Amino acid sequence: MLMTSGPWVWVAALLTLAIYSFLYKDNPFYKVAEYIFVGISAGYWAIFLWWNYAYPNLFEPLGKGKYMNIIPVVLGLMMFTQLFRRTAWLVRFPLTFVLGVSLGLQIVAAVEGDMVPQLRGTFSPFTPGALFGTYDFWTSVGYIALLVGVLTTLIYFFFSKEHKGILGVGARIGIYFLMIAFGASFGYTVMARISLLFGRLHFLFVDWMHVIK
Amino acid sequence: MRLQIPLAIILVMGIFTLVTAFIPAKPIADVNQLLRNWYIGIITFFIFLGTFNLARVNINKIKRRRRDWGYSFILLGCLALMLFLGFYKGRASTEEGQPFMYLYFNVQFPLGATMYSLLAFFVTSASFRAFRARNKEALCLLLAAVIIMLGRVPVGTAIWKGFPSVTEWIMNYPNAAAKRGISLGIDLGLISMALRMILGIERSYMQ
Repeated sequence: MLMTSGPWVWVAALLTLAIYSFLYKDNPFYKVAEYIFVGISAGYWAIFLWWNYAYPNLFEPLGKGKYMNIIPVVLGLMMFTQLFRRTAWLVRFPLTFVLGVSLGLQIVAAVEGDMVPQLRGTFSPFTPGALFGTYDFWTSVGYIALLVGVLTTLIYFFFSKEHKGILGVGARIGIYFLMIAFGASFGYTVMARISLLFGRLHFLFVDWMHVIK
Repeated sequence: MRLQIPLAIILVMGIFTLVTAFIPAKPIADVNQLLRNWYIGIITFFIFLGTFNLARVNINKIKRRRRDWGYSFILLGCLALMLFLGFYKGRASTEEGQPFMYLYFNVQFPLGATMYSLLAFFVTSASFRAFRARNKEALCLLLAAVIIMLGRVPVGTAIWKGFPSVTEWIMNYPNAAAKRGISLGIDLGLISMALRMILGIERSYMQ
């Protein structure tokens, strides 16, 4: 077995093993790796956001003479007032500014970017032009399932009327669609985690230990 | 003043960004873009506040000698090191080949991937205990999960060649249908909640 001599590979390998040691039980090696992860991640994201968002959007224009940008800088700094009991209420100013802008944008994004394309995608296979297209059998069944699934899922989440009669039947069918979606999400999540596990094992056995060529 | 001004801010900003999103004409579109830039800049302060609070909590933990206080030195040291390495050469500090990025690729990235991969073990053991086909709904969930998992690995194809196409069909139609239903419900909820907040009917976030 020929282990790599690269110091960074050793650092990554030892930290990987320290995290996996948690599978035995909680221990000091895991705790050290956990605290390193939190410290490095917090520092990384703070720097990433500074150089990619805060600096180019606020501080760089301010340095170039756009003094209007003092307003968002002051609003941003006002966030820190919530750390002190007497001034905590001042955080409402930046909070309502951020909420106001984001809610206005999200209403438009929800309608234009999500609802309309989703509805178009659900109903467009049933337009006269599309119906005379050449769909194979399972695609046609799929489009019908898609339409029935969307409608019945919406019925299931419609709580303004009791789920009785036709609504009850719709809601029951909606539950089956939801169960299939939850199962699919679960299966997908498990496979994603196992893929990450293989990635780490590949790193340990190939990049670090060179056991597998 | 503590209530009226914040309510006025959310009303003006909400209606302005909502209305001006449909007006691409020059002066109004520029103001809209300026507000978006400010918004992006301000929300980064939430992360800075979180980072500051993380440091504060760990300093207090060391001061009061709380449980596992020794590890807080490691966290504070790593945080300080990343902040130093991220600033000491200005913007160039975050370019490829710099110590800041070495720490990202060799510490943050492998630790993150390993942490998430740990969940593979816990999800497997949890599903062994929880997955029981007690009724028809649970059977649906179980079958969908098993088919999706088999359709994504070579062993599934070895058992039956049709698994990948069935997986694909489930993902594209029944799964997409339920996800669309959920997504449309979320959008409708989001719009009604957004309007309630903009109009000042919903104020619980100010408490």
